[in-house]
Amino acid sequence: MFGYAGKILRVDLTSGTYKVEALNLDLAKKYIGGRGLASKIFFDEVDPNVEPFSPENKLIIATGPLSGTPVPTGGRYVVVTKSPLTGAIACSNSGGYFGAELKAAGYDMIILEGKSDKPVYITIEDDKVEIKEAGHLWGKLVSETTDELKKEHGEKVRVLCIGPAGEKLSRIAAVINDYDRAAGRSGVGAVMGSKNVKAIVVRGTKGVKLYDEEKVKDVVAAKIKMLRENGVTGQGLPTYGTAVLVNIINEHGIFPVANFQRAYTENADEISGETMTRDILVRKNPCYRCPIACGRWVRLKDGREVGGPEYETLWAFGADCDVYDINAVAEANFWCNEYGLDTISTGTTIAAAMELYEKGYVKDEEIKDDGYSLKFGDAEAIVGWTKKIGAREGFGDKMAEGSYRLCEAYGVPELSMSVKKQELPAYDPRGVQGHGLEYATSNRGGCHVRGYMISPEILGAPQKIDRFSLEGKAEWVKVFQDLTAVIDSLGLCLFTSFALGAPDYAELMNVVCGTDFTPETILEAGSRIWTLERLFNLKAGIDPSEDKLPKRLLQDPIPEGPSKGHVHRLSELLPKYYEVRGWDEKGYPTEETLKKLEIQ
Amino acid sequence: MIKVKLFATFREGRQKEVYFDYFEGIDGKYILDKLDIKEEDVAIYLVNGMDGKLENPLNDGDTISLFPPVGGG
Repeated sequence: MFGYAGKILRVDLTSGTYKVEALNLDLAKKYIGGRGLASKIFFDEVDPNVEPFSPENKLIIATGPLSGTPVPTGGRYVVVTKSPLTGAIACSNSGGYFGAELKAAGYDMIILEGKSDKPVYITIEDDKVEIKEAGHLWGKLVSETTDELKKEHGEKVRVLCIGPAGEKLSRIAAVINDYDRAAGRSGVGAVMGSKNVKAIVVRGTKGVKLYDEEKVKDVVAAKIKMLRENGVTGQGLPTYGTAVLVNIINEHGIFPVANFQRAYTENADEISGETMTRDILVRKNPCYRCPIACGRWVRLKDGREVGGPEYETLWAFGADCDVYDINAVAEANFWCNEYGLDTISTGTTIAAAMELYEKGYVKDEEIKDDGYSLKFGDAEAIVGWTKKIGAREGFGDKMAEGSYRLCEAYGVPELSMSVKKQELPAYDPRGVQGHGLEYATSNRGGCHVRGYMISPEILGAPQKIDRFSLEGKAEWVKVFQDLTAVIDSLGLCLFTSFALGAPDYAELMNVVCGTDFTPETILEAGSRIWTLERLFNLKAGIDPSEDKLPKRLLQDPIPEGPSKGHVHRLSELLPKYYEVRGWDEKGYPTEETLKKLEIQ
Repeated sequence: MIKVKLFATFREGRQKEVYFDYFEGIDGKYILDKLDIKEEDVAIYLVNGMDGKLENPLNDGDTISLFPPVGGG
């Protein structure tokens, strides 16, 4: 077996036992691996109506066939489960080194099922697997947990864990690996917490077998060259990290300010990649075998050196809270990593709370004991509330449920800037029509990395298209969503797609695994994965009426800046999208489409 | 007056913002030439936040934003 490790580790937490199963290679190739294969197994094994925190929900941690190989960026893994935030199938994705290490230990994926009656952690050293008592780790922050486990099991192990937010079932809790890399979205950390699993420690020495070692060497060298010569992956991302986007998005007038009440600010440069590089950057913080190295390592005000904020984080705690203090944002980011919180959902939930306060729904009385204000622009407050959310203290307990449930509790769910109850990221869709369609149709709820339309609509990759036009957008979104499903399933980083396309991914898969994918068949696998996720959500009761955007973005024109006057025109885009997907006009996949994609 | 905002590596050795006196026919090509920036190094050229063409004449009061190739998030 090439590329794939060929084994699945299934852990039954209820009985405290595990077994190792053989990978079904035919099924693996049909769904590629990673996101695709984990979703297929989840679909087959879990009732879509399962309560996310019940023992019957499962949590799958999966690598792809290219994880742990010499293919650049092959360090990624995904977490698939039913999300407690959205009720949809969740697939959160992370970099760092854990994924590659798990593969080297000989496993394509770990399936966690049942529920332990006490806190445990799992150790994997190649073939040796143990479930250990974790009482001494429960309640500890991510860095404390990781340090302790490295002390117990050796400096070389890789650690994936949850922080207090996951333990306390915050619906915006993340799974964190390697101290500061996050499978952030959809509350996957809370599902791990609900199973009483604090951490997974892994050490692998087996490596991955390659189908054609000589060819892999040549093809990998060629792809690295393409990544280095591309302006985005060779220059923009390495120099400034993802934070380089702050000024770009703001200059286009699609940088949401104060919970999407505005979309442009004169102060963006204060929280930009340029400012981060000048003022707080220590060095780059790259993931496994990555020539891009967009990760940052920064110095906090008190001198501590920690993982730095991404673009989304700079926006969520920055402009979305109307805060332009890069030190405060870097600190809030740090506490998200320590408590195990998703930075997008945490920052934007604080922003939503600030609007609830501004509009008089939340009264001073409710927050007076917490010691922090909910005024837009309060830099100290974003740090304070992050810690309160992580610990579920005071008003932070309400915010730990995410912005939708928070706003709903005050009778104004429309103030939550979310889709399928998951908070939207850092691009106002009123000024990027394709990207808005992507938000509305994303299978995991509000999300930018299921089909990153900013690439063609703003950055001009692979070609520039008119951001306000509706023409061709449905087709673009479908291709981007399908290609992204492929990349997430291979175990590679989405950022490679600025330089590589479907032919490159098919070629990499084939030389590593000995498969015979073409650009067409690999994209079809992406479409199969997308449609399967859709089916799960439909069965889970998330009907197509949930393919929507917050009312504000459909009805209120952007009030100022370069995209002034625009709203999102979703209703004009959706019918075409359903059509190009081969779904009926109501948004359900047709029998013919399911047959063509060989789903049922 | 034309305001030019420079971002990312374009700031190296230059100011963040540069101003040009308006004259009839002034365009993006003239501005790039004066700033010693090569056309092929410009990935995004915005005039008042909208995609512009370097050869189109500018209006008095326009704001230009210039970006080299940049990344995603």
